[in-house]
Amino acid sequence: MADGGVTDGPDKNDDVERAKCEGKEMTKEEKQRLRKEKKQQKKSKEKKDDAASQESEKGKKSDGKSSPASQPLPKPTTQKAPSAVPAPAPVPMPASEAPAPADKPAKSKAELKAERRARQEADRASKQGSKKGEVGPQASAGKPKAPPSELQPVVKRLPEHMQVDNPDVLKKLAKKLERQQIPLRLDYGYKVSLFSHLHQYSRKAPLTQQLSIPSTVIHPAIVRLGLQYSQGIVAGSNARSVALLHAFKQVISDYTTPPNEELSRDLVNKLKPYISFLNQCRPLSASMGNAIKYIKKEISNIPSQCKEEEAKRKLLNCIECYINEKIILAAKAIAKYSIEKISDGDVILVYGCSSLVNHILCEAFEKAIKFHVIVVDSRPRLEGREALRRLVQRGISCTYVLISAVSYILPEVSKVFLGAHALLANGYVMSRVGTSQIALVAKAFNVPVLVCCETYKFCDRVQTDSFVSNELDDPDDLIVTRKGKTQLEDWQQVDSLGLLNLVYDVTPPDFVDLVITDLGMIPCTSVPVVLRVKNVDQ
Amino acid sequence: MRKNPDMASAVAAIRTLLEFLKRDKGETILGLRENLTWATDCLTGVDSSVAVSSGGELFLRFISLTSLEHQDLSRCKKVMEERGELFLEKISMSRTKVAKLCHTFIKDGTKILTHSYSRVVLRVLEKAAAEKKRFSVYVTESQPDSAGRQMAEALRKLNVPVTVVLDAAVGYVLEKVDLVIIGAEGVVESGGIINKIGTYQMAVCSKAHNKPFYVVAESFKFVRLYPLNQQDVPDKFKYKADTLKTVQNLSEEHPMIDYTPPSLITLLFTDLGVLTPSAVSDELIKLYL
Repeated sequence: MADGGVTDGPDKNDDVERAKCEGKEMTKEEKQRLRKEKKQQKKSKEKKDDAASQESEKGKKSDGKSSPASQPLPKPTTQKAPSAVPAPAPVPMPASEAPAPADKPAKSKAELKAERRARQEADRASKQGSKKGEVGPQASAGKPKAPPSELQPVVKRLPEHMQVDNPDVLKKLAKKLERQQIPLRLDYGYKVSLFSHLHQYSRKAPLTQQLSIPSTVIHPAIVRLGLQYSQGIVAGSNARSVALLHAFKQVISDYTTPPNEELSRDLVNKLKPYISFLNQCRPLSASMGNAIKYIKKEISNIPSQCKEEEAKRKLLNCIECYINEKIILAAKAIAKYSIEKISDGDVILVYGCSSLVNHILCEAFEKAIKFHVIVVDSRPRLEGREALRRLVQRGISCTYVLISAVSYILPEVSKVFLGAHALLANGYVMSRVGTSQIALVAKAFNVPVLVCCETYKFCDRVQTDSFVSNELDDPDDLIVTRKGKTQLEDWQQVDSLGLLNLVYDVTPPDFVDLVITDLGMIPCTSVPVVLRVKNVDQ
Repeated sequence: MRKNPDMASAVAAIRTLLEFLKRDKGETILGLRENLTWATDCLTGVDSSVAVSSGGELFLRFISLTSLEHQDLSRCKKVMEERGELFLEKISMSRTKVAKLCHTFIKDGTKILTHSYSRVVLRVLEKAAAEKKRFSVYVTESQPDSAGRQMAEALRKLNVPVTVVLDAAVGYVLEKVDLVIIGAEGVVESGGIINKIGTYQMAVCSKAHNKPFYVVAESFKFVRLYPLNQQDVPDKFKYKADTLKTVQNLSEEHPMIDYTPPSLITLLFTDLGVLTPSAVSDELIKLYL
């Protein structure tokens, strides 16, 4: 993003301190001033640390940096990143800044990290022998353009929410949030080592307690939404996306373009702190990510000569269409295809509470198909009870079991219907924890497993296990009081005890027989084809 | 069709549809499409094979896939007829294409197992024999119509050593064979196939013996079905058309086809190329979406 990138020691000046305490949003000038100060501090720090041989580079660097303030900050600094990878070569490529700063794409935080690491290595190398340092900059200046293109693919980007155990990333995140004036949510409790790279928050410490009142940085609709997410009032992938889109509609209708600003750019910048805030309340889901991408694209496509009222109307209309097409109509289409697969006398197994699967079953019941439903539920969320309530209300005959009894009832089941949180590009299904277990047992009993998923939940990510990227819920949810005794009350006191409350797991495509989407029935391995077709459409 | 036993029933159906199109006196394009759909249903009513219904549907899609924005209806019809002829030509060539792709997989000394009578498999084996390859074939008898014997006769004419085995002897014979080649009446969206009853058994046994299971099929046999298991295949394909019309209780009738899931199939040879079962869905999406 334009004002993101390098974050270093924040020595704020008084104005900024005052602005923060008053809860007012920093004006653009204050932000620019802050940025310039940080640049200067960084320069002075490096001047102290580095050896004399790198003095000349510093000089060139500061020249590059003092070029017009409108040039975004990350570009000059991140150009250092590609040359940083080979160890002995020192970091900066000042010569390359001048020729092609505009061409280089904005680099990720991982590359900034690599740059910092390499700088440390360069410090070490220069301490060993200053000669190396002298040879280095000339060599690197000699070939500025060749290394970036070949080194770019080597550096892989890892999203920051998966690197919680890395203190550098945490620091960077803290600074970014400070800049956006959003409170940082602290992790709670002991984290199991396999999952220590993920956030773990407590429900008893919502983010809103740390917000000052009145907070004009974050729109109240977004604050309410964030609270609803973190307390679990709004849960379920579709519900969260729809709530998000409604809140954004509210934000857009309350928005006024400040003078000398373009709506398309300013609105996108306004949305960024909101998204960070929501991310802090509860990590974004894949469906929400896709919705946000769509909105940002729509906003940036607004032509500049468009009047504000008209632009806002267009955006609100777009959001309405998105909700209608991708969620409501998609549900109808999926129900239509699914009903072909439900026949008289079927015993259908469902897990947890998926709005889509419930909708399908209700529609099938309306069409007078006679079937029986078995609802499988699991602690600590016990979402199956909600599904049970909805189905019984319609008059569908149901049975309720816990997940431990799944292998007992499966011989009686004819089909398994599962909902999905997201479908990954390699065909894996990401869904509520426990889904892959049910799919595995169903496969062992040769019962067909059908996954129902709208296409807006398809995401480009690839994952083969549930460890790499997941969500850790409040560990205190696992504590239960039976017969007046709460065994795990003091779990934090016991050093070797950790409570793990996972939210998602991934199911491999071999266990899934069929995926029903609004485009039709496809095998699990065809998800990348659909993604490709969708990209072509857009 | 009786006159030319070598032609697939689907090809004959498509030829009929083309004739129908030429003679149709409809006024609107929509009416034309409806008539063609009705005609396809009629044909399926006479000969309930999967290939007829899939061929009909693909024919309809192919001819209407062009820009039909001409003012004159007759000119539109002409365009559609031309595309229809093109379609017919393409599918007549498809068997040759498949044979060209597949015969390289048959090496000298190979023992092949096949099921029932399939014209595509016959064409493949003809091509292999023409390339002077030495191989021998085991054919299952394939009750209830003993179509396997017909296949054996045709192969004997090619001077290929052939043995007819009982349907029940598939497990016994599999240890001697190197590969299994099967035709298909229909290829479904999941990448599985619908073929004469007994194919599923053969597929399960060859999986157990780790023998490659190859399917040869033309592309007009791709159909928009997605069966989950044997029961999920629609009744209109399972039984012969006359059986459907005359018999009251279908559960006493013996089904003529079965469904082989994609996990048991190694490769599919089609005129679109050599595909893995998961690539079939890819091709279908391209054809239909």
